[in-house]
Amino acid sequence: MEFAELIKTPRVDNVVLHRPFYPAVEGTLCLTGHHLILSSRQDNTEELWLLHSNIDAIDKRFVGSLGTIIIKCKDFRIIQLDIPGMEECLNIASSIEALSTLDSITLMYPFFYRPMFEVIEDGWHSFLPEQEFELYSSATSEWRLSYVNKEFAVCPSYPPIVTVPKSIDDEALRKVATFRHGGRFPVLSYYHKKNGMVIMRSGQPLTGTNGRRCKEDEKLINATLRAGKRGYIIDTRSLNVAQQARAKGGGFEQEAHYPQWRRIHKSIERYHILQESLIKLVEACNDQTHNMDRWLSKLEASNWLTHIKEILTAACLAAQCIDREGASILIHGTEGTDSTLQVTSLAQIILEPRSRTIRGFEALIEREWLQAGHPFQQRCAQSAYCNTKQKWEAPVFLLFLDCVWQILRQFPCSFEFNENFLIMLFEHAYASQFGTFLGNNESERCKLKLQQKTMSLWSWVNQPGELSKFTNPLFEANNLVIWPSVAPQSLPLWEGIFLRWNRSSKYLDEAYEEMVNIIEYNKELQAKVNILRRQLAELETENGMQESP
Amino acid sequence: VDHYRVSPKKAALGTLYLTATHVIFVENSPDTRKETWILHSQISTIEKQATTATGCPLLIRCKNFQIIQLIIPQERDCHDVYISLIRLARPVKYEELYCFSFNPMLDKEEREQGWVLIDLSEEYKRMGLPNHHWQLSDVNRDYRVCDSYPTELYVPKSATAHIIVGSSKFRSRRRFPVLSYYYKDNHASICRSSQPLSGFSARCLEDEQMLQAIRKANPGSDFVYVVDTRPKLNAMANRAAGKGYENEDNYSNIKFQFIGIENIHVMRNSLQKMLEVCELKSPSMSDFLWGLENSGWLRHIKAIMDAGIFIAKAVSEEGASVLVHCSDGWDRTAQVCSVASLLLDPHYRTLKGFMVLIEKDWISFGHKFNHRYGNLDGDPKEISPVIDQFIECVWQLMEQFPCAFEFNERFLIHIQHHIYSCQFGNFLCNSQKERRELKIQERTYSLWAHLWKNRADYLNPLFRADHSQTQGTLHLPTAPCNFMYKFWSGMYNRFEKGMQPRQSVTDYLMAVKEETQQLEEELEALEERLEKIQKVQLNCTKVKSKQSEPSKHSGFSTSDNSIANTPQDYSGNMKSFPSRSPSQGDEDSALILTQDNLKSSDPDLSANSDQESGVEDLSCRSPSGGEHAPSEDSGKDRDSDEAVFLTA
Repeated sequence: MEFAELIKTPRVDNVVLHRPFYPAVEGTLCLTGHHLILSSRQDNTEELWLLHSNIDAIDKRFVGSLGTIIIKCKDFRIIQLDIPGMEECLNIASSIEALSTLDSITLMYPFFYRPMFEVIEDGWHSFLPEQEFELYSSATSEWRLSYVNKEFAVCPSYPPIVTVPKSIDDEALRKVATFRHGGRFPVLSYYHKKNGMVIMRSGQPLTGTNGRRCKEDEKLINATLRAGKRGYIIDTRSLNVAQQARAKGGGFEQEAHYPQWRRIHKSIERYHILQESLIKLVEACNDQTHNMDRWLSKLEASNWLTHIKEILTAACLAAQCIDREGASILIHGTEGTDSTLQVTSLAQIILEPRSRTIRGFEALIEREWLQAGHPFQQRCAQSAYCNTKQKWEAPVFLLFLDCVWQILRQFPCSFEFNENFLIMLFEHAYASQFGTFLGNNESERCKLKLQQKTMSLWSWVNQPGELSKFTNPLFEANNLVIWPSVAPQSLPLWEGIFLRWNRSSKYLDEAYEEMVNIIEYNKELQAKVNILRRQLAELETENGMQESP
Repeated sequence: VDHYRVSPKKAALGTLYLTATHVIFVENSPDTRKETWILHSQISTIEKQATTATGCPLLIRCKNFQIIQLIIPQERDCHDVYISLIRLARPVKYEELYCFSFNPMLDKEEREQGWVLIDLSEEYKRMGLPNHHWQLSDVNRDYRVCDSYPTELYVPKSATAHIIVGSSKFRSRRRFPVLSYYYKDNHASICRSSQPLSGFSARCLEDEQMLQAIRKANPGSDFVYVVDTRPKLNAMANRAAGKGYENEDNYSNIKFQFIGIENIHVMRNSLQKMLEVCELKSPSMSDFLWGLENSGWLRHIKAIMDAGIFIAKAVSEEGASVLVHCSDGWDRTAQVCSVASLLLDPHYRTLKGFMVLIEKDWISFGHKFNHRYGNLDGDPKEISPVIDQFIECVWQLMEQFPCAFEFNERFLIHIQHHIYSCQFGNFLCNSQKERRELKIQERTYSLWAHLWKNRADYLNPLFRADHSQTQGTLHLPTAPCNFMYKFWSGMYNRFEKGMQPRQSVTDYLMAVKEETQQLEEELEALEERLEKIQKVQLNCTKVKSKQSEPSKHSGFSTSDNSIANTPQDYSGNMKSFPSRSPSQGDEDSALILTQDNLKSSDPDLSANSDQESGVEDLSCRSPSGGEHAPSEDSGKDRDSDEAVFLTA
């Protein structure tokens, strides 16, 4: 196997592991093809199992012959290994470096992972587009499933099956695809049962500087409007950026050609700006100076919360158009694979109670992120500690999760899942034993044969034993639209993820446990009382029967 | 009583009434007739703004952080209201305050009982005093030595009256070192005083003996910490005025330490700046964070917490006694002593214990409530949010230790409210002496009794007396956590309901606990009845068939789902727990579940329309400016709770 070549020293004794809030542990360090393992050989209690793919960056230092490797993980954790022996240390460091930056996806752990649990439900088939479509089709007949992208020929980043207006045939879709960035013609993202309004998403129109137009495109999106109704186009770029895009062949919908639509620009940042924001934020969180002012100014300078506010505001606006204005919307930015998806998916969290359940949220991620072609492989290749400038990384998905957490914080009883569920998704998007977040789109996933060769994250998560960890004990179904506040006062830092390794969560964990206990005990009593009530009722009727004759 | 038509923007039309004690605004809307009551004593500033087409705006800022704007159609009326309010908001005599007219319909006996609910002599007994090191001193009988101290004071046994009086002459405003908290476990104590009148070189033998006596009262340690809570520069500047700080060379075995907490003027300005940030209309995240940093508020909170942590550690870990002072020893000293006590002693983290703590470190030791909170018209430079900061420190601790406190956030907010409301007599005046002279206890009611009576509202559902967090000292992490101090929007934006979490975990859990209690009672009753019936049946010799019965039934009815649909005889506050297996498609069940699942006890949920109205400040205008955003009317039903709102 190729890995053996990369592992010069598979095992070192007397390595000391330092982690925040834990005493240092001495043990044996082992390197395998996918893991870094430290075992103290004392009841296996203090073991470290770290996926190489979770390693974002490493630093090494030497004091005499004692080497120190500082490992910075994609989940923001920082650990330190003291390794006796310069050669061992250098070998370990170079192996980690090589193993954590493997080029080939097929060498990644998901292709080697064999589940230790019994697969009850194959997650690869849990959220099929046909099933999702059935959820709407009872309410409307205006939409149809199209298989025009079956071979990924029309749009490489779309799934084979998409939902489009019934009145538009596949031929028209092909034409529209040539007019939209990346072939991403407008497709249905969400159908609001309450009033039949819809969210559609697409790539930018390729109007270019000479104002090209496409009749089929106009026809397609007009087909979604009811007679006499107007719709809104939410462009996730500023007007300025949208105008500049024309020079590169992109652009935006001209009022003249889309008279039934009003365009609103809600600027959401993208790419390296987000990545830099994350790097600054995590750096601020790791700052040890204990200075309140410095912390606040670094938090401010990171702009992370500004992005959160922008994204949430755009999502609230979209939801407002649908629910309050009774207007359908089309959302796009440039490619329609990043900020577009943040907005469409958050709008659904606000509007649709189902997307606040565990199952519904999984379906949302499957539909609006994985199927919709968010390039996870590119975006999540590196995290907050990467020092090489690569242009594709961006914490787009993490920002989305943070926004969901913000809404969850404001409506703590309206979500079936808890914070841990969101943290788990973050971790798996960046490093995982499951194949779910591999590849950049369906087409790539098909080529990689992920369904056959890897395990789906959902297969693991949806086991009852795992689910219980992610279930919010406070949940009570809330059928209402939930409108979060986007005031800065209402949007705090997500400490559960950003200060996770910098503070002890002992007391907060205890509080959570206490909460679970209170609710469990109540349920238990309720069950007992009901049993007794029944018994009593039956005994009494029996008695009555005995006495009556 | 005046009549006015008022039209606050984004809110309702209504009528404004001025009474002797309140500003009352009644909405015209026939189905709500919602009333907003504001006590005159809560009014901090009144600002008459430029007249507009709709009328004459009057902006009222309250000390409990409520802000309302009234738009009064007639300029003349507005001016009259303005003049009246200015007078009403600044009473000059104690007798004008609300507590002298407030009558909660309690008889004399109940009122008296209310005043003895919190008893400081009991509290010193609880600490284990007097003992062979500490005694109750009557040196301040009739406030002879120090008029801002209480009469009941604990001092080291070896401190004679001569030493005390001598020491008092060497201390600012004669506030000599006395005991604030005694830590039974290791005999260490927290003492408090004002600054010594040391100037550049003065010394006082009795004062040195006093500190010696404090050290001797703690046989476990051979030194005493002297903590000056001021910034070093301020303390040094005081020397020029004949005041200053202890010289380590003159006192044997003291360890002197500065902990820089800023003075009341800095704190007043800091709060002012932070409130300006809270008031910003649709601020950007940068505006907010920058303003928050610039206000320095959280830095000050941290400084107070750091001082409290230092003292708690000195006492519990080093076993050393600590003497704390600032300038006069009634502001920063009160903050720091009470934070340290709260960290050290779980009793102060209970409902009653917290009242005791405020009674002891603040009320009895002469924190100048009247001056600091501007109850009577006075020098605006004396006003400062000193106890507000302490209350915030407690909240910050609650955020870190969610199970450690018996009370909840609401308790803190209500205490803050009543410190300014003057509805109860507890916080009147500047000292015990003044309160006695005014015969407060005979003429007003005690807040503590009121809070105690309504304690069910103030309980923290996560608190359990036997929980590990409720035992012993709270250990704050010394490690990185410099940013555990957060902006408290529940306090400073508390009237902006839309900014607060829309569902309260505390209320939810309290309702669950209440229901649990009912279930426990019912369970007991049912078991009893069942037993009786079974006995009867045994007597009826229907033996065999009966015995197998219970097991059969328990197997049948444990499923929650079937329970949810059975009618329940006390279903008034019985809510059904929909047990939804996540592995089944929920679309349908989610739609079937009705509002019944929304608990009526949760105010945010019971008003369904309210919940849907939370769209806040979405400035949806496109940057191109010309296009109409769909949210023009988003404010129309913004938070129906709020009667009167700021204009956009």
